[in-house]
Amino acid sequence: MQKIYKKKKYFAIFTLPTLIAYALAFVVPFFIGLYLSFCNFKTIGNAKFIGLSNFAYVLSDSNGFLAALWFTVKVAVVGVISTNVIAFALALLLTRGLRGTNVFRTVFFMPNLIGGIILGYIWQLLLNGILIQLVGADITYSATYGYWGIIILYNWQKIGYLMIIYIAGLQSISGDLLEAAKIDGATYWQTLRKIILPLVMTSITICSFLALTDCFKMYDQNLALTAGAPGTQTTMLALDIVETYYNRVGFAGVGQAKAVVFTILVFIIAMIQLKATRSKEVE
Amino acid sequence: MIMQRKKHISHAIIYVVLTVLSVAFLIPILLVIMNSFKNKLFISTTPFELPNEQSFMGVKNYVEGLTKIHFFNSIGYSLFITVFSVLAIVIFCSMTAWYITRVKGKHTSFIYYMFIASMVVPFQMVMYTMTKTANVLHLDNYVGIVVLYLGFGAGMSVFMYSGFVKGIPTELEEAALIDGCSPLTMFVKVIFPILKPISITVAILNAMWIWNDYLLPYLVIGTKYRTIPVAIQYLKSGYGSIDYGHLMAAIVVALIPIVIFYFACQKYIIEGIVEGAVKG
Repeated sequence: MQKIYKKKKYFAIFTLPTLIAYALAFVVPFFIGLYLSFCNFKTIGNAKFIGLSNFAYVLSDSNGFLAALWFTVKVAVVGVISTNVIAFALALLLTRGLRGTNVFRTVFFMPNLIGGIILGYIWQLLLNGILIQLVGADITYSATYGYWGIIILYNWQKIGYLMIIYIAGLQSISGDLLEAAKIDGATYWQTLRKIILPLVMTSITICSFLALTDCFKMYDQNLALTAGAPGTQTTMLALDIVETYYNRVGFAGVGQAKAVVFTILVFIIAMIQLKATRSKEVE
Repeated sequence: MIMQRKKHISHAIIYVVLTVLSVAFLIPILLVIMNSFKNKLFISTTPFELPNEQSFMGVKNYVEGLTKIHFFNSIGYSLFITVFSVLAIVIFCSMTAWYITRVKGKHTSFIYYMFIASMVVPFQMVMYTMTKTANVLHLDNYVGIVVLYLGFGAGMSVFMYSGFVKGIPTELEEAALIDGCSPLTMFVKVIFPILKPISITVAILNAMWIWNDYLLPYLVIGTKYRTIPVAIQYLKSGYGSIDYGHLMAAIVVALIPIVIFYFACQKYIIEGIVEGAVKG
């Protein structure tokens, strides 16, 4: 079988369409992009190699990349914890065998299908309406408003998504185990702490990293809800890179260097995730 | 008796909590629908008031706003790009994944790991150079962008297909080959039907991504062909001041296909999400 498959003809038929598209959309742009991060350029044609100075600028500019990184970390910490806690709590409520819970599942999950741009404007309307009545200013007035706006929007979008994964995790716990605990006289909280939580640890790891990567890559929601306002105080990493690239003349090289650092950060998160899931599997 | 009553009370509390939360989840969308029928001056100042004689606009926001930005063209572009990109991804990535999983060799495992590594890379890393490549190769139109989506979506899709192919026994393939099928006919007739569950998952995950994607279509084809997210953002940035009436109308129309899609394939969507999360 292998012999027939290994003919050049079949390699070409089966893999070349994908590989060509992959090369054009990813491999070539990736390596040119990597090279450009060491250059000063307006177009690819006139790129001038300048070594590490783009990176030196990125890592020393405390108002640009580092501020965006700090803001992103703040969003990620609160965003990851709040979405996961609420999603897990809802999953617990929805797996108690109550009738009619499918309706609730449907409602909670729906926002996840709506794109970030649309979500951003939906919440801009709602939050501005509240803020104007309460304090007479809109969301662009203060970075605190923008920060909590992003957190609320993110919760609204992701809770249903994480909840679905938690429900799948909870449903895989054998009923006998919970029955045995009940017979032994365990209270609900004891069962939760001693049996349910350890058994859904894999789901918790998966969901935490999903939410974390998602927060780091967030762009559309940020652009539509605050666009970084006031000033650039609510700019997250992805938005900062795009702004540097396209809205600051002469800073394309710096933008590309930011993108490289961004890629490295996301890559590190992915490596930690891989290690965390692997070690869980061994247990 | 007491136990029974306690249980009833706790169930009632759970229902109340869930109902309150559901309403909270739906309010933002209901608010947008309500405001889409109001004059723009009333939307930003009193968004929580129902339309009244002064503020009610009928369907004027819809008629004006949607024609101003040619929103029905946008729906067409979004549909075209999503449908054909997903088709391309399902067809070509399943073929590639099957081949590199079945044929063991240095080059196939290199291809596999390359695809995996690319799943992690954020779009910002390649956004500028990909746009330039697309310009040079004339892929900067709604047909060419399908190639970009196939290429950029290949990482995750090949990875998910590979995981599934590993579980398919090779006896079936051998039997088909002995019967005189060429590997290509064998793939079409034997393997592809077996892949159906994973194909549905891959199709749903990619459809959700491509339909809602903003930055890629904005940068590559945004000046000539505006997909739905690009058109909605354009309502804000393309004109001097934002007309909230038009924006609300556009959002409501944009939500309709999503709601239809959701109710039509809810079961598959939810299964696909779990599958995608656990494997990805």
